[in-house]
Amino acid sequence: MSSVQLKNIVKRFGAFTAVEKTSLTIPDGAFTTLLGPSGCGKTTTLRMIAGLLDPTEGEIVIGGKRVNDVPIHKRNLGLVFQNYALFPHKSVAENVAFGLRYRNVSRADIARRVQDALDLVQLPDVGARYPKALSGGQQQRIALARAIVIEPDVLLLDEPLSALDANLREDMRVELKRIQARIGVTTVFVTHDQSEALAMSDEIVVMSDGRVEQVGAPEDVYNTPASEFVARFLGASNILGGQCVSHGADGAVLEVPVFGQVAVPAAKSPHLTGPGPAKLVIRAEKLLLRAAAPIDGTLTAPAIVEAVDYQGQSVRYFVRAGDETFQAINMIDGRPFAQGAQVHLALRPQDCAALPG
Amino acid sequence: MSVEAREKRQPWILLSPALGAVTLLLLVPLIFIVVYSFWLRSAVGPDIQGFHPDNWQRALTDPFYRYILLNTLKIAAITTFFCAILGYPAAYFITRSSGNKMLLLLLLMLPFWISYIIRTMSWINILGSSGALNTFLLSIGVISSPIQMLYNEATVILGLVHFLLPFMVLNIYVSLDGIDTNLEGAATSLGATRWQAFLQVTLPLSLPGLAAGGLLCFVLGAGTYITPLVLGGPRDAMFANLVFEAIITQLNWPMGSALSLLLLLVLGALVAVYNRFLGMSQLTKGLG
Repeated sequence: MSSVQLKNIVKRFGAFTAVEKTSLTIPDGAFTTLLGPSGCGKTTTLRMIAGLLDPTEGEIVIGGKRVNDVPIHKRNLGLVFQNYALFPHKSVAENVAFGLRYRNVSRADIARRVQDALDLVQLPDVGARYPKALSGGQQQRIALARAIVIEPDVLLLDEPLSALDANLREDMRVELKRIQARIGVTTVFVTHDQSEALAMSDEIVVMSDGRVEQVGAPEDVYNTPASEFVARFLGASNILGGQCVSHGADGAVLEVPVFGQVAVPAAKSPHLTGPGPAKLVIRAEKLLLRAAAPIDGTLTAPAIVEAVDYQGQSVRYFVRAGDETFQAINMIDGRPFAQGAQVHLALRPQDCAALPG
Repeated sequence: MSVEAREKRQPWILLSPALGAVTLLLLVPLIFIVVYSFWLRSAVGPDIQGFHPDNWQRALTDPFYRYILLNTLKIAAITTFFCAILGYPAAYFITRSSGNKMLLLLLLMLPFWISYIIRTMSWINILGSSGALNTFLLSIGVISSPIQMLYNEATVILGLVHFLLPFMVLNIYVSLDGIDTNLEGAATSLGATRWQAFLQVTLPLSLPGLAAGGLLCFVLGAGTYITPLVLGGPRDAMFANLVFEAIITQLNWPMGSALSLLLLLVLGALVAVYNRFLGMSQLTKGLG
């Protein structure tokens, strides 16, 4: 078990910079997710930690030891690929045993540890089969077993769930988290799927264009985005451009279209430094539609429903208020509002977050 | 006509031009040759028709023919070996090169645009007594008179390797290109060195391509007659030269037919053995 530190890492491919000067500390034993859209540098970062790529600049430190010059086969890392990368010409047991054969493990111990790993991923009886004979989900479990049987210092997972179909993906999510918690290995998980990241991580690193946008616990990243990119990438958000008219220890007051003055608590505006241009972030699920104007001190504005996207347990509305279009995701209470309905928006100021403009 | 009957007929309609061509141009002449091989040449006048196993008896028992046949197989085997040794690294390099893969493959195909005979004869300009190599060695004073480098078994093998290498490279390339590059990454992450990962993962997975390329090189090499004709000495005849000799020079069509069928049977048996152990699908994959 080891922490991972990236110190001013840069990766360039010719003229293209995949990862800009990035520093990051991944704590020992934590489940850390690198989250971002494709091309944001998250997989490049993972591959540099793994040793599959060499950083152009900067240092990689694993367990307090600089590993830049340590070749991949001496790093003792568990690596799981999106496409499983099982050896098709070897049986499942041979696949899982592969790493142990390079570790001076006796034949009897290899057999026992392979069986333990297969038990851990809940596929105890498939050792004699070949990868081709297994389903996608089973193959992914075997890939995981192969990576953890060597007791790696760090487990690196490169979009391991994205090749699975939706139901299986949610099962494997729980399963993966269970196994990680059980063995307590430092884990770096790469995904572009925000719900995976929110559900599984101790810490999320949001990346965009080769840069780290924000690092934090899932609820912090979700509720208090550090940038417009994070606000838009995680969940559905409405972002209103406006002015910060006053800023103090207890929070900031923003003047925005539609809602007028909004008092955002300090905890939700940590990145705001003083008066000036600012943005108000309103989560779609915090913006509620009401038939009548609320009277309990929440912010409100009249609006017209422009589109209704019914999703069963919830409904997503697109509403127009003034010159702005908002997205609102509401739980269903009775019948959803119809298209064209006159409604009132209701919003609690403490549910908003503020960003520098 | 019912839909089923029409659907059943459709493949045969589509196949019929190809089947017709194969039957007319390959199968029928082959039957002629089989029939011919049992005739006898007479010293004067037309060949003697009938069922005479004499040609076959001679083809199978004459030590000269046996020597040439074994020598042909030996030369083909050595050629195949060198093609594999030289072709594998090249194919590996092309597979792993990032941007210019298409250009490299095009360069590999480039020799096919020039006639095989001209490519073979080009070696005369390189290795001949007034060729490039001798002229160079003379000019720097390493030798005082030209060395005889041409017209031996080594130059025949050289010419064959030159001719067959692209087939080997292409077959191995197709096989290597189908291997997920993450497999080597997975192997090295588990503790194997790059060389161990290659031996444990990449090499076994590319063996079908190597075997397909090998079979192709062997069969084409064993069936060649131009290379030994152009680059070989009088003692370096290969089996196809005997067929050429019998049919064109001696006008002994029945004997030539028997010899050509013998070569066909030997190489056919090899293909059958290959098919038994590795499957024909690999070969078609390599060609396509």
